[in-house]
Amino acid sequence: MKSCEYQQIDPRTLSASNPSAQSCAGGQSSAKRSRRKWEVFPGKNRFYCDGRIILARQSGVLPLTLGLIVVTCGLFFAFDCPFLVEHLTVFIPVIGGVLFVFVVVSLLQTSLTDPGILPRATPDEAADVERQIDTTGTSSYRPPPRTREIVIREQVVKLKYCFTCKMFRPPRTSHCSLCDNCVERFDHHCPWVGNCVGRRNYRFFYSFIISLSFLISFIFGCVITHLTLRSQSGKGLVQSIQESPGRYPFSALDPPRRTVVELVICFFSIWSVMGLSGFHTYLVASNLTTNEDIKGAWSSKRGAADSVNPYSHNGVFTNCCVTLCGPMPPSLIDRRGSVPPDDPSAAAAGAPELELPPFMAKSDTRMSPKELLERVVRSSELCLLGRPTVPKTAALQQEDPAPRDPRCSSCSSSSSSSSSSSPSSPGCWEGRPPCPPPPTAAPCHPYGRGTRRGSLDSVNPAFRLALPSPALSHAPLVVVVGGAAGSAPVPPH
Amino acid sequence: MAETHSLQDLGQQAAVAAKVFIQRDYTNGTVCQFQTKFPSELESRIDKTQFEETVRTLNNLYAEAEKLGGQSYLEGCLACLTAYTVFLCMETHYEKVLKKIAKYIQEQNDKIYAPRGLLLTDPIERGLRVIEVTLFEDRSLGR
Repeated sequence: MKSCEYQQIDPRTLSASNPSAQSCAGGQSSAKRSRRKWEVFPGKNRFYCDGRIILARQSGVLPLTLGLIVVTCGLFFAFDCPFLVEHLTVFIPVIGGVLFVFVVVSLLQTSLTDPGILPRATPDEAADVERQIDTTGTSSYRPPPRTREIVIREQVVKLKYCFTCKMFRPPRTSHCSLCDNCVERFDHHCPWVGNCVGRRNYRFFYSFIISLSFLISFIFGCVITHLTLRSQSGKGLVQSIQESPGRYPFSALDPPRRTVVELVICFFSIWSVMGLSGFHTYLVASNLTTNEDIKGAWSSKRGAADSVNPYSHNGVFTNCCVTLCGPMPPSLIDRRGSVPPDDPSAAAAGAPELELPPFMAKSDTRMSPKELLERVVRSSELCLLGRPTVPKTAALQQEDPAPRDPRCSSCSSSSSSSSSSSPSSPGCWEGRPPCPPPPTAAPCHPYGRGTRRGSLDSVNPAFRLALPSPALSHAPLVVVVGGAAGSAPVPPH
Repeated sequence: MAETHSLQDLGQQAAVAAKVFIQRDYTNGTVCQFQTKFPSELESRIDKTQFEETVRTLNNLYAEAEKLGGQSYLEGCLACLTAYTVFLCMETHYEKVLKKIAKYIQEQNDKIYAPRGLLLTDPIERGLRVIEVTLFEDRSLGR
């Protein structure tokens, strides 16, 4: 019977009265070792400490960020603090230490926290959504609509269908092609922290860039004060830089180089980090995400004249409180939960053919043979799409490219400058060659798939987003900021 | 937990007949609310008002979890001052309400839904996207 294929419970485990066969308790299976959900997670993430720590697969330049912060602060504590403690106050290293700890802790929390990843739809859910979409378009040759329009506080919002996650994305959610996940309240993918910035870690990211601004300004100020005090003690500025005090044991690092290193790092990073802090303060105050700001989703020049951000609480203070001090949502992906033994997602990791029966069983009584065949093809795609592939998500970029870097839109609009200005834009993914696709993804060519399904839908958003007009107004600000998605003290070349 | 208890009540040969998904209601923004529209597949199984009452209570509980009030701001400010390390040792208000929701769903399953051959899945197990209602073959009605 068709219902047999829907066994959520394994009859063998039921008869043995084994309660741990169910997934929700999250307990360990008694007989064989059950896997944790992070082990079968379909996105491009890395997990450590048995699922407690999550990181994007491409950690970007996170080691560089950490390294720069640690080296700069190390130089500061080793060389500037002794002098300033002697000549000014003992609170200099204390303040520096507190800021340093704050920066490192915020950075680690931003990088190692789940940004608000939405778990992919279960096969049953996906089939249900597909059925709802198809019932609206079976009578004509038009491709079924892959967007849903809803009204939020008198603003029309379009919910797009995510081909990878098999669901209609909630508002403000975007699919990150680098991490291959849908992320709630997606802001951007930050290469400097090596993770997406979304609903759950935006406050960590914001505190990181604010505290980093303070730290850089503090170190910059202290270094300038140090040099000034030295030069005022009778010697010239150049001589005071070149002077090597005997009591400092680190003669290998002679004064000119270390002072210049600190000064250069601080000087160049202060503009980018402070610019970024200012930009994000504006976003927090108006309850916008970088993604929405780049696309000009709620700016009045796009479409309707009276386009207002429906998520804003119409008050700067309220918006700030909501974004930074609001309730902390839980992680939805349940990394450390146990995978039930007959879960299709676990089965898909090993045996793709298990995917086919449920779809056929559920729908064979209602569908024509042609539709049934289509379903089989789609369900086989489901198995293959379980593997993370870059080309597949490149198709999603066509539909809804979540910008990882505000500079990405300026790069795409001015392709000639992108190659020349590439050093300071590791976050600009337009110029990067895609990773070679694994063999299993070969049948599911993303562009072919895009044209087979809602081609009208996939073409229009891409065409709309290729228009530089929403981004150009921000491009000058972004260029001045430098590595706009970034927040590490690094000099743009 | 809830599923095991209810399914053992239903007997060893419980077979899933269908699944109904109650989608999210985004008319008030991104707060977690579910549609209270009564799905047609459940018409023969359960009373409309009963079902709507369940969904409405769930909506209220989620609204309580995400409420912006004194307690959440206090928690947020304390977390901010401690560089958010307090989240590592303290259970957040949201998590406490989620536990309440889990208990409520289990209770509803035991009292109301399991006797009718239905099973509610906690939305947190579906990423807060849907309320999954599993319809079992109801042998008591001679189906």
